[in-house]
Amino acid sequence: MATRTLKGSQSGPAGVSLLSRVILYLVLIIIGAFFLLPLLWMLSTSFKPFIETLQPTWIPQEPTFENFANIFNDPSIPMLRWFLNSLAIATMFTTLVVLLDSLAAYAYARMEFPGRDALFGLLLATLVMPGIMFVVPNYITIARLGWIDSYWGVIAPGLSGVFGVFFLRQFFQSIPRELEEAAYIDGAGVWTTFFQVALPLARGAIATLAIITFLGSWNDFLWPLLILNDRTMQTLPVGLATLQGQYTFDYGKLMAGAVVTATPVLIIYVFLQRFIIQNVAMTGLKG
Amino acid sequence: MSQSQSAQARSAAVASTNKRRRWSWAPYLFILPHLLFFTAFLAYPFFYGIYISLFNFDFLRPEYRPFVGLENYANLLVNRNSIQFTDFWRSLGNTGVFLLYSVPPLVILALLLAVLLNGKYPGRNLFRGLFFAPYALSVTVAAVLWRWLFEQGGLIDTWMINLGLSSVSWLGSQPWAWLAITICTIWWTIGFNTVIFLAALQDISESLYEAAAIDGANAVQQFFSITIPLLRPVLIFVLTITVLASANLFGQSHIMTGAQSTVIGTESIIQRIYSEGILQNRMGSAAAMSILVAAMLLIITTINFRIFGSTEQQ
Repeated sequence: MATRTLKGSQSGPAGVSLLSRVILYLVLIIIGAFFLLPLLWMLSTSFKPFIETLQPTWIPQEPTFENFANIFNDPSIPMLRWFLNSLAIATMFTTLVVLLDSLAAYAYARMEFPGRDALFGLLLATLVMPGIMFVVPNYITIARLGWIDSYWGVIAPGLSGVFGVFFLRQFFQSIPRELEEAAYIDGAGVWTTFFQVALPLARGAIATLAIITFLGSWNDFLWPLLILNDRTMQTLPVGLATLQGQYTFDYGKLMAGAVVTATPVLIIYVFLQRFIIQNVAMTGLKG
Repeated sequence: MSQSQSAQARSAAVASTNKRRRWSWAPYLFILPHLLFFTAFLAYPFFYGIYISLFNFDFLRPEYRPFVGLENYANLLVNRNSIQFTDFWRSLGNTGVFLLYSVPPLVILALLLAVLLNGKYPGRNLFRGLFFAPYALSVTVAAVLWRWLFEQGGLIDTWMINLGLSSVSWLGSQPWAWLAITICTIWWTIGFNTVIFLAALQDISESLYEAAAIDGANAVQQFFSITIPLLRPVLIFVLTITVLASANLFGQSHIMTGAQSTVIGTESIIQRIYSEGILQNRMGSAAAMSILVAAMLLIITTINFRIFGSTEQQ
């Protein structure tokens, strides 16, 4: 609305246009503060000594690294281990999702085989199934397999997801067939064509899927909370939640833990911001 | 080689590869890895969940798992005296209250934010990036952070006292606890809805607004007569995913009100299923709860599309 007003007023006197622009930026800055200030407060608190945390000052008077040092040195808080667990789980999960889903998506998009449409229909039907239905039975399966407190227990159920297959299938269908046909004429088999022609063409779509999958896995909370009870096996979000029970009122340390958990994804976000937003909009609208 | 010859050769080659592909095992090898996981963790648990909901299923006592038929469902739906009945409907009610608090702002404010961002002015992408940023964080970070902001003696409490307002127990009493959880949720996720609305707004042709402006429609009239009708499919989509996301409330209430959730009245249905199935090992009952909740969500989604989808066709 504001921007339409802005456009309309550009033909009017310059003063009106300037005024509406000032109002626009004022509104944006106030809303921006709502999103930015909590993050700054998290950062500020994490650098405050304990006695200073309850003071409403934005700049720590005696800035200190002791919160970070404490959470990394306390043997009861395996912070570094949590970080490595998160990294290992998110990396393995993302790699497997990309591999499994691109293979399956290519077959569903490009190959003809008995049962294809029925199978793909079955896959699509699960897209509308609320995830909560699968939590208890999958927990029992993972426990039976002895995968409680293991990376694999966190990773395996997620590999059943159909979003990646659906998303990449759409992409593979949009590639002109001529390129693959040319490869077949040159004598390439199905596998060579997939790995050397189709997959390289899908780089952008695969990067999108990989980023969304990595962020989702890094941030996941409910499933890792169920599966990972052993403190040395937990991921950062799960560990941070237990840290809260441990330091109920020591918010300096809690915020240091939150900063450690948030920093990797915020770095990824800052660098890939435009790419992520554009693709979220695209995949969101398609879904 | 003439063009027609090369085209012939090509179509012959394509036909032969098509034939080769039709008789190949390759397609099955391509889909097999995903299909294995799909079968084990989506298809199988669909039926297995129904199966265990018919038992008194305690994972830690494999020797004692009596078949109880529909008793788990009866406890949730008709046996008013069962503990499950009270807990189930209380947490469902709580989740309903959260839907009322969170869905309207998450949809309406997101649309207004998108309209605000849908213009060509310097810094637009910066603000868009800022509004979306919290969505990249884990729910744990968002909830721990907002718990700290709303804590007694925390920043918001201190501000309110400085403004001469009375101090309230944000995380320990109602309606403040729901407000705190809702504000945290808005901060964390509204950027997602905003970005989807923004993409849809950018697809609306400028000429429509220009024509309306010539006809004398002001910005508000344009918004209601052009933007809203053209956005209807996206509105239904955003409304639906927001209802589903809010109905799946877990991390925010689990972390911000913690063990007090039951007392304060912020225990969501997912927290209840977690508590019943995992903490108290009553998995048969928890599976029955999950199935009922899933059925309710499917019904809500269908109604959503029916009501709003049918008006679209008029």
